[in-house]
Amino acid sequence: MLLLQVIVGGLLLGAIYALFSSGLTLIWGMMNVINFAHGEFVMLGMYVALLVVVWIGGGPETFGFAAAFALFALGVCVYLSLIRHVMRGPMLAQILSTFGLALLLRYTAFWIFSANFVSLPQTSFSGTLNVAGILLPVPQLVAGVVAAALTIALHLLLTRTTLGSQLLAVAEDRSASMLMGIRPDRMQAIAWGLAGASAGIAGALMAMSYPWSPSVGETFGLTAFVVVTLGGFGSVPGAMYAGLIIGLVQALSAYWLGPIYKDIIVYALFAALLWLRPQGLMGKA
Amino acid sequence: MAGKPRNRQAAVADAGLAKMNDGRERREDKLSKLCATLVAAVAAALSAAPLRAAEAVKIGVLMPLTGNAAAAGQASKAAVEIAAEIVNGKHPELGNLPLATTEGLPNVGVAKVELVFVDHQGNPSLAQQLATRLITQDKVQALLGAYQSSCSFTATAVAERYGIPFLVGDSAALNITGRGFKWVFRTTPIASDYAATYMRFFDDMKKEGKKIASIAVVNENTDYGTSVADSIEAAAKTSNMPVAIRIPYSASSTDVSAQVLQLKEKQPDVTIFISYTSDSILYIKGMKNLDYLPPMVIGDDTGFSDPSFIPAVADIAQGAMNRSAWDIGKPGTTTSKINDMYKAKTGRDLDDTSGRNMQGFFALAEAINRAGSTEPEKIRETLTRTDLKPDQLMMGYNGIKFDQTGQNILASTYLIQLKGKQYQLVWPQKAATASLDWPMKGWKH
Repeated sequence: MLLLQVIVGGLLLGAIYALFSSGLTLIWGMMNVINFAHGEFVMLGMYVALLVVVWIGGGPETFGFAAAFALFALGVCVYLSLIRHVMRGPMLAQILSTFGLALLLRYTAFWIFSANFVSLPQTSFSGTLNVAGILLPVPQLVAGVVAAALTIALHLLLTRTTLGSQLLAVAEDRSASMLMGIRPDRMQAIAWGLAGASAGIAGALMAMSYPWSPSVGETFGLTAFVVVTLGGFGSVPGAMYAGLIIGLVQALSAYWLGPIYKDIIVYALFAALLWLRPQGLMGKA
Repeated sequence: MAGKPRNRQAAVADAGLAKMNDGRERREDKLSKLCATLVAAVAAALSAAPLRAAEAVKIGVLMPLTGNAAAAGQASKAAVEIAAEIVNGKHPELGNLPLATTEGLPNVGVAKVELVFVDHQGNPSLAQQLATRLITQDKVQALLGAYQSSCSFTATAVAERYGIPFLVGDSAALNITGRGFKWVFRTTPIASDYAATYMRFFDDMKKEGKKIASIAVVNENTDYGTSVADSIEAAAKTSNMPVAIRIPYSASSTDVSAQVLQLKEKQPDVTIFISYTSDSILYIKGMKNLDYLPPMVIGDDTGFSDPSFIPAVADIAQGAMNRSAWDIGKPGTTTSKINDMYKAKTGRDLDDTSGRNMQGFFALAEAINRAGSTEPEKIRETLTRTDLKPDQLMMGYNGIKFDQTGQNILASTYLIQLKGKQYQLVWPQKAATASLDWPMKGWKH
């Protein structure tokens, strides 16, 4: 029974990993840019949730949407003011600019919110469900299920809608898409917005169960890279599977072997998988 | 460009000099002006530098001001700043506290103490670099720090190499002293003191008829957690206390539910957490979420004393115990007045960790004053002869007196318990201000 409990916990956390990693993979898929500030987007999502709860009140639906909108806007701004320009520069400039952005966001957060750990006040979503002996903390359950649903929704948006086709067209061939009357700038700004929104909601969802400080983005950024590489760069379903796998492997290895081994196991597995399948689980070779 | 005269040189040029020459002269003039300014600046700096050195005693303070332990680092920074204010200003209301009643360091030409803070972010290699910088560039006369044991471990080695006294205010790992170092002094109790305290407490509890069949030890896996957990395991072995499970983990974990489930499986009577901030909060929340409440939880200070801990989990951690050598005391006492100063600055009560750093600073300043000099060797030599009595301290130690290794042999600690939104002193009985609740109520109140 305890084992089942561990598995459920791992999968719920994995679903959140999947959600924020899908934003990172989307940006890579669209324009081959690695966003080192992605973890910081997640961190800002957490603070937006906190500010909304403190100032306005309301449950996860309120602060989840607020975080999504705020980070969508931030994503678009980052694209328009920074990425669009450095895209014309060398690869190194792109990498360093997002890295610089990460530091800027992190230390701005330190300045505004101070270094103290904060956590969300108890919301209406608290308590624990007992389903056939398995304890499901409501905040984690809601977070995991919502994250999984949103990741699937993002996948459907990309594959089943006109907007998705337009985004993919720009990713495939920028010039050809321009000939078809698609504005690449607008599409790429939307992609950054979606990436920001996914990170923002993921942050808001995690804020319900975890305390955090401005340096939390580092941990999430690293996790997102592992998930994206494992799932295959540019693949949202890949990020989904990889997120769940990593959540599960972390939980199981922490339970069986002890918590200090969980990252060793994750990275060993990660290296082995890359050796066998360098393009990742769902990436194109 | 060359048109109307715009300045004196241009006017001279108009009076007859060739335009070409004018341009060159203007450049030369500028250059010479610049040189003169530079020389003046250098001269000023040179003449000012020795003057300043004689005026202030510089103490370098290494703390994690950002990163995982930033809250604790910032709290300690504020505490050390207040300690410096107390030393530098006149505070006759603070009774026997050394250097409080007088201004500055009377024996060192009434020198003021100047603090140089650096942020090592909890990174031991950065702590090492910054200690080097403080000594070689900032030319500090002594060092204080560095919160995380792993950082104190590396930074003290630098101080030893350069021959600068290093006072460790609050790092508990055994290995910081006892390396044959001459320049390292530590006022705080250490891992083995804490382990012995816990065992004495368990003995007392068993005498009162409480059931403690086994304990669990959960520790973060750097020098601090490992060292304290090792000491507890060793002490438990000598006092025949079974350790049901020991769980080392990394303090940067975002999820600890697997560990909580391991504990749930073993059902220990007491669980001791040697944890930093976010992990302490995660454990308490995780235990509630998975509905596991052991009869007693003891936090080994640090995370449980962090300013973020009580606001985050006080409601669900009622009765959790913690160790502390700090007690605010009754209004009007020296400790209570110090707490008032701290509260005025930060808006919170002083915590044990910050208090121990503050005490470390007072011990260091007292020694520098007694040395009557800023020469490192003299300060070191005076530190070895430090002998402070309990009434000269703000912390609940039995005094400060260093042994051969630089460890304070009179260090000791209390046990406190979370009641409402405050910790209260519950053990040892002779010092207790409140009664002990056993088992803890956690969230079931």
